[in-house]
Amino acid sequence: MEHHFDQELKALKDRLLTMASHAETAVNRAVDALVNRNLELALQVRVDDEVLDQFEIEIDELAINLLSKAPLASDLRLVTMAMKLSQNLERVGDEAAKIAKRARDLSKEPPLKLNLEIPRMSSLALGLLKSSLDAFVNRDSVAARALIPRDKEINAMHKQIQSQLIAHMKESPDNIARSLNLLVAVKSLERIADHAKNIAEEVVFLYDAEDIRHAEK
Amino acid sequence: MSDTVLQKIEMPSGEPASGKATPAATPFIEVEKLNLHYGAAHALKDISLGMKERVVTAFIGPSGCGKSTLLRCLNRMNDLIDGVRIGGSMRIGGHDIYAKDVDVIELRKRVGMVFQKSNPFPKSIYDNVAYGLRIQGMKSGGELDAAVEQSLQSAALWDEVKDRLHTSALGLSGGQQQRLCIARAIAVKPEIILMDEPASALDPIATSRIEDLILELKKDFTIVIVTHNMQQAARISDDTAFFYLGELIEFASTKKIFTNPTNKRTEDYVTGRFG
Repeated sequence: MEHHFDQELKALKDRLLTMASHAETAVNRAVDALVNRNLELALQVRVDDEVLDQFEIEIDELAINLLSKAPLASDLRLVTMAMKLSQNLERVGDEAAKIAKRARDLSKEPPLKLNLEIPRMSSLALGLLKSSLDAFVNRDSVAARALIPRDKEINAMHKQIQSQLIAHMKESPDNIARSLNLLVAVKSLERIADHAKNIAEEVVFLYDAEDIRHAEK
Repeated sequence: MSDTVLQKIEMPSGEPASGKATPAATPFIEVEKLNLHYGAAHALKDISLGMKERVVTAFIGPSGCGKSTLLRCLNRMNDLIDGVRIGGSMRIGGHDIYAKDVDVIELRKRVGMVFQKSNPFPKSIYDNVAYGLRIQGMKSGGELDAAVEQSLQSAALWDEVKDRLHTSALGLSGGQQQRLCIARAIAVKPEIILMDEPASALDPIATSRIEDLILELKKDFTIVIVTHNMQQAARISDDTAFFYLGELIEFASTKKIFTNPTNKRTEDYVTGRFG
């Protein structure tokens, strides 16, 4: 007979996986809206963000209820990790909403005549998020560890695009509004990658009981 | 003691949980290849572990795993049971407590014990605490009064009983009776206090007082506690040993046992999925 406690843990994990799937969809839509100037998709992301906010509250409630039953060892790690994971996913939703808002504004303007690597950066950030969530689902701490350095590539790309946009703004005041919107959007992509890295670190803690955060400092 | 012997003794692994500088090598209580039989039943199997001075070591494990039996070996309470055979060695402060010349009464002064059910004598509160001191030859008077007060203070009971020291101890609540038993145990200034599920019959408030008391007492005493309450072990102990079917399965810092045990049986036990 399965313990009630195990059933509650399973329910927590199921909700986390559903939340993760929503977060991934929100980022997908936001990136698609930004890269392909798709206004309709941009509008959907606001709804995704509200759904993610509700998931965060629900998962916290489940986790607090489980904590009151004093879980230990791997159960304790799962419950504490669930709270952090849901917070990271909620913030991923916030960033997706910011990207979508900028995509909406940008879709009303003519595109900037500038060759930026935003599609590639979007693909990398989205890939990192997807892989970190896959590592959680597949209980794969080795894969999670391997993901962490990928955040640096995205940070470097962010800096490069930022420099290009600043230079572009200096060329003409007409470029400023659109460049600022893009600056905010790429910053959000960079933050999504940060959250994906946080998730990978939490996956390592969950499965290997090793805290690898801030190891580079 | 030779290094060879030390290497055989299992010391808790992982970081020290107490925060203070832990003895690097020499354990205060050393158990080496201890075997205990009750008649044909092999109750403790090749147990080796080293417990540090002035820390709380918790013994956990399912009923019948041998944890209380091992606890009772530490002051030779098992000597009182017919048909018990003990092999291996057990040293306290480097001295073999099973050596032929050991005075068991003296040993039990050094190693006090508190049981699951409080067992005050049917005497006054004062006489309960003074009992061991009088046996040791302390006469009534200022010195005895001071020793009784100090023990009751140390057991966090003084304020509650100072105005009724000469009333029956049996009139105290369960939690107070248990603290009285602790006061009685510490009055004779033991080095080690053994506790066999000392709070299992108490309500959460009385349990919390006992746990606070244990954390205070470890400044002066080495404490070994048997408990079925995982959260209690997590709250009060520095090191934890998990036993199963007479074997020591894992011995490590409490933090490690309750957040990341090495052995799957320990993980299954502390998460309640045993069997």
